[in-house]
Amino acid sequence: MVRFEDVWMKYQTTGPASSRAAPDVLRAISFDIPDGGFRWLTGPSGAGKTSLLKLITLSEHPRSGRIDILGTDARKVSRREAALLRRRIGVVYQDFRLLGHLSAYDNVALPMRLARRNESQIQADVTEILRWVGLSGKLDTRPDELSGGEQQRIAIARAVVGRPKLLVADEPTGNLDDEQAQRLMMLITALNRLGTTVVVATHNLGLVARYPAPRLVMAEGQLTAHG
Amino acid sequence: MAEPATTRPDYLGLRSALSDRLLPVLVGAMTFLAALAVAGTLAAASLAAHWQGDTAAALTVQVPNPDDAGAGGTRLAAVLRALSTAPGVTNPQLMSTDDVNHLLTPWLGTNIAALALPIPAVITATWAGSAPPDALAASLAKLAPGTLLTSGAAWAARVAALTSSLQACAAAVLFIVALVAAAVVSVATRSGLAQRREAIEIIHGLGALDADIADRFAARATWLTVTGAIAGGALALPILFWLSALAAPFAGAAQSPGLPPALWIALPILPLVAAIIGWSTAQLTVRGWLRGLA
Repeated sequence: MVRFEDVWMKYQTTGPASSRAAPDVLRAISFDIPDGGFRWLTGPSGAGKTSLLKLITLSEHPRSGRIDILGTDARKVSRREAALLRRRIGVVYQDFRLLGHLSAYDNVALPMRLARRNESQIQADVTEILRWVGLSGKLDTRPDELSGGEQQRIAIARAVVGRPKLLVADEPTGNLDDEQAQRLMMLITALNRLGTTVVVATHNLGLVARYPAPRLVMAEGQLTAHG
Repeated sequence: MAEPATTRPDYLGLRSALSDRLLPVLVGAMTFLAALAVAGTLAAASLAAHWQGDTAAALTVQVPNPDDAGAGGTRLAAVLRALSTAPGVTNPQLMSTDDVNHLLTPWLGTNIAALALPIPAVITATWAGSAPPDALAASLAKLAPGTLLTSGAAWAARVAALTSSLQACAAAVLFIVALVAAAVVSVATRSGLAQRREAIEIIHGLGALDADIADRFAARATWLTVTGAIAGGALALPILFWLSALAAPFAGAAQSPGLPPALWIALPILPLVAAIIGWSTAQLTVRGWLRGLA
């Protein structure tokens, strides 16, 4: 379950007093996503979608309001508990955020290694998910030797390999061709059917139309529609 | 020396972010200085122990005109009797004329008897008292005027003060060396953090504990500091052997050729101390830096 109650957020700055008075990027955000729910997150650029996703993934703190992630009050978790909670959240970043000095295999294996899974299980799961995203022939390839679409598929594989309870994706189909985008959506909906809560931010209204689901619509830091 | 193989990939790319060049060289230089300071401390302590042991306890009493009449016999007999019963004085021994002449030979030559000089009688004894024997000197001078008592305690006290000063200086040097080593590790770690900021943010977002990240930096920093410390300690060895050979005549029979055993124990401890400094400094630096992340 993901629940926001009157959440406000501004980015912390360390500059002079004038710049510390930065405006709130999110204002009075409230919504609920039940366990196993699926939500599209839409809105124009600068509406606050990425900031909202950062709060969901515990990458930023709210200025005020209450956030529950997977049944845990995010305001009350210790740093260790927050890290353990992040392991249950799969994230596909808009800019992929792959580690350039690691191979495709090691990038995808990273969340499982951080979770101390055993190597035989890691090998089986990583090999399978890389086969599923069509990159089984590039296990040892580094990200800078892959195309944008291939990098995005690595990022997606990394996000889902640990079978997360919550999957958060920021423009996951942005660099994919239509066929790959369809395969990705099949994977995401399959995970959703297995109980994973999913939030996908996108500008692609065609994709939204093809996979009907409730929408969170953002504009100027506020939620303008929910459902 | 090759870094031990690890089954864990270098997630953070620390082999390039914390390079094996500058940090080990600087830590090696610090260890070199620390080895000299430790050797100086131990040498000073050894010399002080030597001086404070035998020399401090030695008493020498000179009795001029020993055969003149004194209380109950000659002046010499009176002083010997007084020394035999004085508390804290043990084993008073009259030096033979031959021994006294032998001591004076460098100044007076071998035919001292022909010079007809008034040579005093010399008595040696051991002083076990805790305070300087000033009262004893006064009573002997009263018993046989002109009698002179000299004690090694005054010299030993001066040597002890000098030793304490040297040891305090060496301790200060060690403290400063440790601080500089910690600063060097901290700066190198901060540089590594800056270079790997994005990678750290990624694995932090994937659920890495602060300990996961700090342990990786600490392991790398520890490896580099230990490598540098071993090299620095090894480079100090020839210098220490040379200094030990120079100091040997001042250490008396207590000092056997080569380095003292205490130094052989202390030198291997330096890499361990460097490891502790490297590990703890990296841990503190990384954990403090990570608090800046959500």
